[in-house]
Amino acid sequence: MVETQPHVEEDIFCRDLHVQFGEHRALTGISLSVHHGEILGIIGPANSGKTTFLRTLNRLNERERSFRVQGTVLLKGADIFSQIDTATLRKRVGMIFALPIPLPMTIFDNVAYGPRMHGISSRATLEGIVEKSLQQAFLWDEVKDRLNESAFKLSGGQQQRLCIARTLAVGPDVILYDEPCSGLDPISTARVEESMIELKKSYTIILVTNNVKQASRVSDRTAFFLMGELVEIGDTGALFTGPLDRRTEEYISGRFG
Amino acid sequence: MDPKTAQRIAFTALFLGTCLVIVPVVFVLAVIVKEGAGIINWNFLTTQPLNGMRAGGIFPAILGTLILVSGAVMISLPIGVLAAVYLNEYAGERPLTRIIRLAIINLAGVPSVVYGLFGLALFVMFLQFGVSIIAGCCTLAIMELPVIITASREALNSVPQSFREVSLSLGASRWQTIRNVVLPNALPGIMTGTILSVARVAGETAPILFTVAAFYLPHLPRSIFDQTMALPYHLYIISTQIPNMPRELTFGTALVLISMVFIMNLAAIIIRVYFRRKKLW
Repeated sequence: MVETQPHVEEDIFCRDLHVQFGEHRALTGISLSVHHGEILGIIGPANSGKTTFLRTLNRLNERERSFRVQGTVLLKGADIFSQIDTATLRKRVGMIFALPIPLPMTIFDNVAYGPRMHGISSRATLEGIVEKSLQQAFLWDEVKDRLNESAFKLSGGQQQRLCIARTLAVGPDVILYDEPCSGLDPISTARVEESMIELKKSYTIILVTNNVKQASRVSDRTAFFLMGELVEIGDTGALFTGPLDRRTEEYISGRFG
Repeated sequence: MDPKTAQRIAFTALFLGTCLVIVPVVFVLAVIVKEGAGIINWNFLTTQPLNGMRAGGIFPAILGTLILVSGAVMISLPIGVLAAVYLNEYAGERPLTRIIRLAIINLAGVPSVVYGLFGLALFVMFLQFGVSIIAGCCTLAIMELPVIITASREALNSVPQSFREVSLSLGASRWQTIRNVVLPNALPGIMTGTILSVARVAGETAPILFTVAAFYLPHLPRSIFDQTMALPYHLYIISTQIPNMPRELTFGTALVLISMVFIMNLAAIIIRVYFRRKKLW
């Protein structure tokens, strides 16, 4: 169950990760790895540490002063806390937030924001990146004629796909989805899930979700977090049909959480 | 007592209290307009005083006030915004920043005449600017600082944290995030606060009394090291220091001063309304 040695094909290797906010222990001894090109679903009740885990991987937690971390996290073999600077790390590990958060600018500028911050200023290059990213996020056809409109004019589902395109535009290796469909209707949810399955051909994805069914639909492997601990991780099919831990079984069968 | 009656009494009291706030404003305006409006014309606004200031226009005082407030804001705006950005975006909660915050709050409560004395001691004497426009601008700038810092911090705070997180999550640095996401969206609030602080100091007499204001100058200021006349001080002079002053001239000057302040306040309101309509989140 517990993986201790990094392998080459592992995009993220995490060993004995402890996270604390002040006195509060948010994660205790997480060890897992994420393989290249897979979708790893993370399920668990509220306050199980799922989101904290994601925000540790792109070091967004460090905005909190009380944040303390111990343990090792490797991104393709490089230590994210000592061998990669935060800007590069976040460029390589993109994040989709729970609610769609367009920046208050045009659709085009939203997608071009990341590349611009990384020094790309040529209009032609940016146009290419924007088109490709929007296509990958299944949004291009809906917005190609209104790129200069405010991103806030889009519907909630479109906004979330815009956020996906914006993340893709900086060319990440890994994409973290933090409950990306919690504010969306079933049809928008289906489109986001569709794009995820398409995207795993080129990206490694970690999907944190409150929705157990969503994990069973899209993830290749699933991890179950409970109160800051990793209870169980395994192939989605195996975990859902024959969980090894009683708590996993109780959670996925809806007995708590 | 019957709750409905109690409520009626309470609302009536609240309403009357609100009316009492309006009464003095209306009254002051009415008196000033009635007594002073007659003299306002192009000539009054654009010519020099004549006959020991008992006749002619008030152009040098208007110009002086405009120079002073624009000079002051050119100093205080950059400093104030830099301080606000530092305190809000970088400093975090530390004992030092708490002391700085406390200092800013206290700075806002210092009486204006104390600023005047401080300006006299620091800029006029110690830095040897002399009684000059530059000394007056610096003094007014210090007076504006707490207002600008407080308004800017509120404006920065009103930009959602989620915008910062999105920007950082895309690999932007903290400075890029501030420069491209936080500041543009805080700008309307910063502008509004700045204009209000300018409007406030435009009418101040005490800070310019020792640092820049001239009783009477036969010519317009030629450099920032010259003295200048200014509306509030001019108003004080002509209402108390000169015998046989035509009443109309005093109230006309007051009307010009109060109009300038109102126009600035109005500009602040228009900016706020305009950007609130445009605001999207």
